[in-house]
Formats: sequence, structure tokens, C-alpha cells
Amino acid sequence: MLTKDDPKLDQLKQTIDQVMQKPYSDSYLIAVLHKTQALYGYLPEDIINIISVDMNIPTAHIWGVATFYHYFNLTPQGQHRIAICLGTACYVKGAAQIVETLKQQLKIDMGQTTADGLFTLRPARCLGACGLAPVVMIDDTIHGELTPKKMSDIVNKHRRQAKKK
Amino acid sequence: MKETVNITINGKAYEVQAGQTLMQAADVCGYHIPRLCYHPDLSIEGACRVCIVEVAGMKNYVASCAYPVTEGMVVTTNSTAIRRARRDIVELLVDNHPQDCHTCERDSNCELQRLAFAMGIRKRHFEGERKTFEQDLSSPSVVRDPEKCILCGRCVRMCEEIQGIHALGYANRGFNTVVMPAYNMPFGESVCSQCGQCINVCPTAAFTEHNDTQALFETLNDPALIKVVHIAPAVRAAIGESFGLEPGQNMEHQTAAALRRLGFDYVFDTQFAADLTIMEEGSEFLERLQGRGKLPMITSCCPGWINALETFHPDFMDHVSSCKSPMSMMSNVIKTHFAEKADIDPARLFVVSVMPCTAKKSEAVRPEHTLHGRRSTDLVITTRELAWMIKSAGIDFIHLEGEPFDKPLGLSSGAAPIFGVTGGVMEAAVRTAYELYTGETLIDIELEAIRGFKGIKEASLNIDGITVNVAVAHGLGNGARLLDILRKAPDRYHFVEIMACPGGCVGGGGQPYPTVNSIPLDEGCLQQRADALYGMDRGNTIRRSHDNPEVQRLYKECLGRPLGEKSHELLHTRYAQKSPQGIVSRKLTQ
Repeated sequence: MLTKDDPKLDQLKQTIDQVMQKPYSDSYLIAVLHKTQALYGYLPEDIINIISVDMNIPTAHIWGVATFYHYFNLTPQGQHRIAICLGTACYVKGAAQIVETLKQQLKIDMGQTTADGLFTLRPARCLGACGLAPVVMIDDTIHGELTPKKMSDIVNKHRRQAKKK
Repeated sequence: MKETVNITINGKAYEVQAGQTLMQAADVCGYHIPRLCYHPDLSIEGACRVCIVEVAGMKNYVASCAYPVTEGMVVTTNSTAIRRARRDIVELLVDNHPQDCHTCERDSNCELQRLAFAMGIRKRHFEGERKTFEQDLSSPSVVRDPEKCILCGRCVRMCEEIQGIHALGYANRGFNTVVMPAYNMPFGESVCSQCGQCINVCPTAAFTEHNDTQALFETLNDPALIKVVHIAPAVRAAIGESFGLEPGQNMEHQTAAALRRLGFDYVFDTQFAADLTIMEEGSEFLERLQGRGKLPMITSCCPGWINALETFHPDFMDHVSSCKSPMSMMSNVIKTHFAEKADIDPARLFVVSVMPCTAKKSEAVRPEHTLHGRRSTDLVITTRELAWMIKSAGIDFIHLEGEPFDKPLGLSSGAAPIFGVTGGVMEAAVRTAYELYTGETLIDIELEAIRGFKGIKEASLNIDGITVNVAVAHGLGNGARLLDILRKAPDRYHFVEIMACPGGCVGGGGQPYPTVNSIPLDEGCLQQRADALYGMDRGNTIRRSHDNPEVQRLYKECLGRPLGEKSHELLHTRYAQKSPQGIVSRKLTQ
């Protein structure tokens, strides 16, 4: 996946160059990993190897940081990230049925990505939209007051849009 | 700051040095507080909490390894409550650990087992979920078994702070924490140098050598093969410890006798090839000194260092001597010259080496160390494995009558045994290089400046009006530091020796586990092993490699001259950069 002219990599290298000018540059590792995930959606091994050499930090250490925080993804993510809230309010309002609907419709488990690479399904704690419970967040949009039917329609809508493209 | 402070331990008053930890002070006062993750050469982790004590006025128990002594401190190390708390901590460790002591590699030699016994754990109270993992068998040298890991982190700190390799780190968190290489990649494909120091410091069997003893027992019973063995210098200085002897006994003759009883047809001495290495390496150095090749020249005997070179320091590849290690030279000489002279079909020869080293197992499987399409060294076992085989075969090692090595590859000079200790290869090489270059006899052949366990040692010698600066580093971390010096001042040294393990091969990753009253890599123990090797040197009438008559004969009958065509074919090798590239840890102990 790593090609010579990767504009994302150029951007990442710029970030690394900037932090390397600062004192205690290795303390910016998490920031660089954030940038990597923002660019690639996850932390590819090839990129960690590059960060290791450029920031002069052993890969085993970077791997420790990357696996410590749940925020970091270690596998490629789907085009759309579905985060389903399992907080108390959503749970009481039937989040479990929404989870079931999604699992069946997408044919994946929590934490997995669909075979077509369109969706990744992840649990979330509270999304701060309890008034709309149950909610899911798809990419940066909140969808509230869901029922299995509504949920299924939203997924289909995304699928249709992807086909058009 | 005051130089001493007054403290009370278990009701008795003591005046102890200020600035110490509670554990250190208690040690001085004669109280050995139980401990697990602590090692004096490593940073303080405070992870295991086994060393907790009561300090009056403190709400919680404190980890004595991480707590400084202060004036008026009142400490209790052995109250009923603290004993119970400590026992519970160890019990919880044991309960998340396989209950398979009787089939474990470290049975009767395990710190966790000893600790559990000492804490009085006779019953299990906490039955619960237990972690389960597969063994990682990908490395030819080191087996990683995370199921046996108790997360004390000694391996991680060893690899990071002493070796600078940082092949291991903690991944995930909480109950799911595992010590693993980056990406959870197979250990054999990681940046690991195979030095085996993780094995030395591991309190359990989470790291062990790749065990080849069963394969070897089977081979020894194969009548179609002619079994040949050769043993490295540092093995004889340490193997006695596995049989309850004090460190530093030279057991070479008992070892030779035991190897014959195990079924080897020829018992040779790798030290012969150490002399041979000096002939080649000394000559190569003189070539480079006269402008043919890069300076400084760096030694190549140590496979852990060679692995680190190719992964971490590829910019120095042209500086490293092209000489194979004594092990590979020896096996090649056995399978060519010796086979020819003894009229044996080399295909029937099975050559085993006994090494203080785990990385030698990885050297033996390198594709460039092959002859006639087969490995030149068929199998490598460590000192530990040999000790186990001797016990397993019921050989009374201690009372064995000593036997000499077989001829002709059993003879060595005094320059050969000292290969097993840091600085030894340099000292041996200087003895020969000086005389080859000047044609004069070197009077003062013991190079005190490069003996001992200082991390980086230097000396300047006058060879026929030329000042030759040499440097010696042991432990890969010190090696990396020395290379950093060279990156800044490329002309500072002419000749450099690097050994991967602290102390050199005497502290190798395949050496016996510490006995009950010792700790891994105790400097006193390493010194005793080293003294045994220096004693062999002084006790030898031949002290220079080029004076070894069998080596001279080998050149006359087979090799011709050092660095000649035949030598290049049999005794020299090449290196290649490896990926992923390794980054030296910045947490190296200064």
C-alpha cells in the first residue's frame, strides 16, 4: 500500500519534521500517531516503521503506545465508521436491538469491517446525545431516536450512495 | 545532605547510608526482603510489589525497591499482616500462571517457584480466569512463551537499557498486557539480536533457548553418523555451576569425558579455531592498517553483535572483519581438512558445537554457513542444554576422571580461552598482530587496560612506531555507544572489539541459571568465570595463537597462508543489511 508518491505520507513527514524541531521530540509520538490515523484511518505497519526511523523511537515502543489506547486502529477501517452508543440511556431505549440489526445487516461483529470495506462497526460509551437515545454516530453525524427499521434504512442509504460513486 | 540516616528495622536501630533505597539499606543490615522485578543493573520498575514493607506513618505498604530511606524511619518487614499481603501478591501471580511446574523447563530453577515456596504458598485460594497463549517458536535461538510471563518486565528493561535493542515491549493493557515484539510479529523476524539475555534475567520460563537436546539425543543414537563436538571457551568456566560447584572452575577435561560418554566420536576444542581466527583476523587487521580496507576494523566473532550490526548499524558493515566466528571456522575445518585426513565421508559427519550462547543457534542456520549443501555446524547446544543432557544421561559429572580433547583439533594456545571474556579477542589479536608485524616478541602480553567489566575500555599500543588505538565494548548497549563515538570521530580507533553479552561470552545467554543465592549476571560470578579463563591462559606454555603447532600445521597442509584463497573459501564470510531497521533505545543506562 505504500507508494513512493503518497501525498498522505508527505503530510505526515511534514508533521514529523515539525515536532523533531521541538525539545523532547519523542513526547510528540501520540500526536504523530493521531495524525497518522487522521490520514490513513488506522496505523499501518509500514508507516510505524517510518515513524520509528524518523523519530528515532524503537518500533516495540510505538507498538506499546498504539495498543495501549483503544482510540488507535491497527487494521484498515471501513469508509464509514459506525459507532453505536451502548451508554445507559441508549441501552435502556433498545440499543441492543440496533446492534443486532447492524450485525445481521452488515454480517460483521463489533470491531470488524465489512468485506466491501464500506463500514466498520464499533461500540461507543456515551456520545452525549442521551435525549435522542438510542443513537449511532456515522462518521461525524449523529442519528437519533433509532428503531431497527430506521437503522436499516440509514445503512441502505449509505450503500446506495456508495454505488452511485 | 547528611551522609547517614538512622532507621529502625523490625525493632532494631541502624545507621545506614543516606540516598539508598529501603531495600538496599535492609540488604546491608541483613534483611533480605523478597523481590521479583528488581535487578540491580536495571531501572526500578516497582511492578511486582513483592518487596512491600510497612513504614510507620504511611497509609499503604511501600515497595522497598523504590522507596528512599529517611531519618527516623520505622520499618517492619515481617509482620503477620505484611507477610499475608506479600503472600497474596505472589499467590495472585501464581494463579495466573500455568500449573505445570513438573513439566517446565525451569522446574527447580525458577524464581517464581522459589518465591512461592518461600512465601509459604501451599494451597491455592484464587481460582479464576487465566491467560493462555501459544509459544512463539519462530526464532532459532529464543523461545517466547507469554503464558509463563508474570510481567515483571526484567526482559524488557534488559533488552532496552543494557542491550539498547528494545525488541520487546509491553503491548495492550491491564489483564491483556503481553510482552511482545512490535506488531506481535514472530520473534525470529523482529529486530531481536538473539543474544538470549532475556532468558538470563527471566525469573520463569517465559524465555528459554530453542531446545535441541532431544534432537541431539536421537542423533547420538544414530550409528550411521560420526558425531563430532567442539566446545567454546566460556562453557568450561561455567558448566560446573549446573552441578553445584562454585563459579570459576575449569571443567574442560570433565566436559570432554562427559561428551564421550554421551556418545560423541570426536571431542574437539573450539579454542583451536580461536587461534585460527586470530591468524586470519590479525592478518586482516595488518592489511587494513597498511591501507587495504577500512579502519577501524571491528571483530566478528560474536553472532549477537553481527545480528545487531545488520539490523541496527549497517553503516559499519565494511568495518567488520570478514572472518567467520571460531565456531563456524571450526566446523568447516572439521568437515573438510579433518574429514579428508581421517578418511571420513563428510556427509557422515554430524558436527555439534556447545556454546555459552543462544545467538550461535541463529548463526548455524545462516545460509552462508553451509558446506556441500549442508549446514557446517549441524547443531548448537548451550551450556545449559549440555548440563541437562549430562544429568539426563546419568553421568556423574563431578566425579568423572578428566580426559583430554582429541587430536589434532584439540590443541590451543593461551590466547584462545580468553576469547570467552570481554577484551579477550582483542588481547589475543594484539599478541599475534604485534609479532607478525614487527617480527619481535611482545614481552608484556597481558593487556590490563582492556580487562575488567567497564562498559567501554580503551588502550593505545605502539606497534613498530605506529600508535594503534583499540577499544572494547561488551553488552550491545555499550557497543552502540562505542559506534556513536566512532560516528563522531571516525579516526579515533584502529581496532574495536564488540561482544553482545555483558562480560562477554562468560555472561552469555546460554550460560547456567543463577543458583539459589545468586542473581542473573552477578558481576562477581562473571569475574570468577573470567578468572578461570585467564588462569588457563597463564597456565599454558603456548600463549600466542601463531605459536599453536597444530594451527601452523593446518596452514602448511591445507590453507597455505592467512587470507589466502583457501582461507577465503572456508574461513571468511559476508554481511547484509536486514529489515526492519532497528532503532537503538534511548533509555540505555549511562
